[in-house]
Amino acid sequence: MQARGIVLAVIFGALWGYIAAIVLGVSITMVFAVPAALTGWAAAAAGIVGALAWLLLDNAGRSGPYDTRRLVIAMIAYAIVLLLLTFFAPLGFALGERPVGGVLVLLVMSIVTVLAVAACFDDAPWRELRRYKFETVVLRGLKGFGFVFFTVIVAFPFYAMLMTSFKKQADLLANPLDYSINITQGFNELFSSYIELFQDFNFGRLIVISTVVSVVTVIVTLAASIPGAYAIARLRFPGRIGFSRSILMIYMVPAIVLVIPLYAVFSQLGLRDTLLGLMIVYPATTIPVALYMLQGYFRGLPAELEEAGMMDGCTRIGVIWRITMPLSVPALASVALYVFMIAWNEFLFAFMFLDNPDIFTLSRGVVSLNSSEVPRQHLMAGAVIVTIPILVIFLWFERFLVSGLTAGSVKG
Amino acid sequence: MDTPARLSAEELEAARKRTGPIEWREMWLAFSMLAPTVLIVAAVVLLPLAANFWISVKPIGLAELRPPAPIVRERVRGEIAAAGDVIRVEYRVRSSSQDRPVTDVIFNDTLTEGLVPVTIPEECSIDGAAIECRMAELPPRERFTLIFELEATAAYLDAGSPNPRDTEVEATGRSENVLTSFEFTLENFRKVFDAREFWTVLWVSFVYTIGGTAGALLLGLFAAQLLNSSFRGRGILRGLFLFPYVSPVIAVAFTWVFLLDPFSGTVNAILTTTGVTGETINFLGQRGLALTTVIAFEAWRYFPLSFLFILARMQSLSSDLFEAAEMDGASPFQKFFFISLPQLVGIVSTLFLLRFIWTFNKFDDIFLLTGGASGTRTFTVNVYEQAFAISNLGAGAAVAVVIFFVLAIFVFGYFRFGPKEEGM
Repeated sequence: MQARGIVLAVIFGALWGYIAAIVLGVSITMVFAVPAALTGWAAAAAGIVGALAWLLLDNAGRSGPYDTRRLVIAMIAYAIVLLLLTFFAPLGFALGERPVGGVLVLLVMSIVTVLAVAACFDDAPWRELRRYKFETVVLRGLKGFGFVFFTVIVAFPFYAMLMTSFKKQADLLANPLDYSINITQGFNELFSSYIELFQDFNFGRLIVISTVVSVVTVIVTLAASIPGAYAIARLRFPGRIGFSRSILMIYMVPAIVLVIPLYAVFSQLGLRDTLLGLMIVYPATTIPVALYMLQGYFRGLPAELEEAGMMDGCTRIGVIWRITMPLSVPALASVALYVFMIAWNEFLFAFMFLDNPDIFTLSRGVVSLNSSEVPRQHLMAGAVIVTIPILVIFLWFERFLVSGLTAGSVKG
Repeated sequence: MDTPARLSAEELEAARKRTGPIEWREMWLAFSMLAPTVLIVAAVVLLPLAANFWISVKPIGLAELRPPAPIVRERVRGEIAAAGDVIRVEYRVRSSSQDRPVTDVIFNDTLTEGLVPVTIPEECSIDGAAIECRMAELPPRERFTLIFELEATAAYLDAGSPNPRDTEVEATGRSENVLTSFEFTLENFRKVFDAREFWTVLWVSFVYTIGGTAGALLLGLFAAQLLNSSFRGRGILRGLFLFPYVSPVIAVAFTWVFLLDPFSGTVNAILTTTGVTGETINFLGQRGLALTTVIAFEAWRYFPLSFLFILARMQSLSSDLFEAAEMDGASPFQKFFFISLPQLVGIVSTLFLLRFIWTFNKFDDIFLLTGGASGTRTFTVNVYEQAFAISNLGAGAAVAVVIFFVLAIFVFGYFRFGPKEEGM
């Protein structure tokens, strides 16, 4: 039973030692541009020693997991081992070079590592780690790792995107790890990529075009899918089941299969290189989704309310307008947001159809920045510009979007 | 499974038997409410789908989308120094197409003031100042030269000797549109199936689809476990975890491309400074590895979707079972594997089927990351490659037809083995 506890301590010590060192080290390098060589393996070894020290100092089970004496000794053990293993250069430079920063980082690393190990074990008695407690501890370790893992894989690309847009191509090539920005250089210098995009590449215009196209798509989609969804959810007519099935099937038709015929036909009709063409294609791709989501929601509404309305002399249309629609505001909002998101993010048709830079949508405009003549920070600034509105809208209405997505479209 | 056709026939019959005016009115109301949807979807999805089959058996390239037209070039030979001098104005006429004729060609030009025709070609006539020439047929790859001899008068010199080429030539002609002709070929399909590439593409498509779907589901399942309990900052993390799915694909794909760059990418810099690898890794340019990277991107971008659905399902699970298991001394992993997981099988399999189809349909991601190079060419990328990179629309459409049939099998599987929802 004791062996289990020790093995877990070794694993957690190594894991957290390594993760703390790498994550902290990389973050410091990226934020402060200190060229740190990272010492993951040494930190893992130090983490093992620190974890074991913490484990063995439990005073025969009488000291709690967060007992100060226990934690501090473990941290000191960690720090000493790390210093010895790295020849007093835990961050790749001698501690004497940057004493304050170096010691501070070392302190944070030791605290994070030891506390993480302590939090994984918590009050589990490591000397008799029976199955239940053992699995609880393993699960805590997994969860902790999961939080770090997901946060890093999601946040890191977005951070890189944002910071790259503030840098200069030459700096980026010289040190790809350096994401520090010099705030003292002034607004114009800092935002030079953005300013250039708005001045030379007409991004203001692109934003307007993208907004118009997306809003029109939302309106057309809702106008067609609300009555359609209502008919499928409430009215009886022959072929209703077949109909709602085929809606789902249309949702599964890949856009790339439609591109060639639409390209050919739109070229002949002169619709290809126009925004009208896009505004015809986009609703067609979103209506099936919207219809499917809405009919699921409408079906969940109590029919009695509508029947009461009919009894009181409302027509069908009146019932839809006065009863169903006000009740479905959350669903309508989530569908509208979802459709807006699809239209805003759409890339394939915009890329295939639009050649004229005057009518580019934002997505199309950003793709056109992907050439060797345009510096990398411009492309990233474009990516930030196209991403920010959608993220803001999304975070603002997150609840709507999430509940609508999960409740309406797929039932458990 | 009920076939829609039989059911609808039954319903129709039932409706006739009742023959209530209310039923009929309801039916027509339903049809009129569905009309806009049906119209738009028919015009932009169903018709193109049918048109795709049509194009796939046509010998058509990107260039032939523009129908062949006559091209007329005007040249002036000789110079005018004094009245009475004669110049030659030549019209060179040819078809814009290399292999298709143009018929009923007519072109018009304006006779420059002060020039008097001496000889005119038999195809042409002059009415006042208007020149009109007619030709019955312009075979491809043949050029015709129509020559006018014009004599200058004093009026011409007085007008400041305008160049006869200044007036614009307008040419029209009739030609057969390849799209609407009845010329068919199976060459496109032969091209698609003959190449050894076909099997590679098939293999890559399936590896990508299965890998991407499974990766996104596993990550989503993991993430859902993390956020199932409530704690401070949970809302923020949930919002953050959805970022990859919500953001535009162009933004995140280009970010990945830059991060993974073998020379100046941050990921390689991290890997080398931490000593994980000695040499930089070409994530998107190395055969095999590129496919793995693209799958990782797919899993990264779509785990939020499965995460959302799985989390919603987990939160609707009743806690009774968990409490009972707790009383019986079930360990955490036992609870997960024997209580949570069985109740999640439904949503996970639904997600798997849907994501499988959507991943198979995915084009943007691979196109932006690798452009289909380094062994990452799936069917969808191949459509683009054939139709627009090689400019053979017919071959692209043939690949799309293959996609359509593979998908039809999936969708059939989805409805056959997929979840049965009430009322559907």
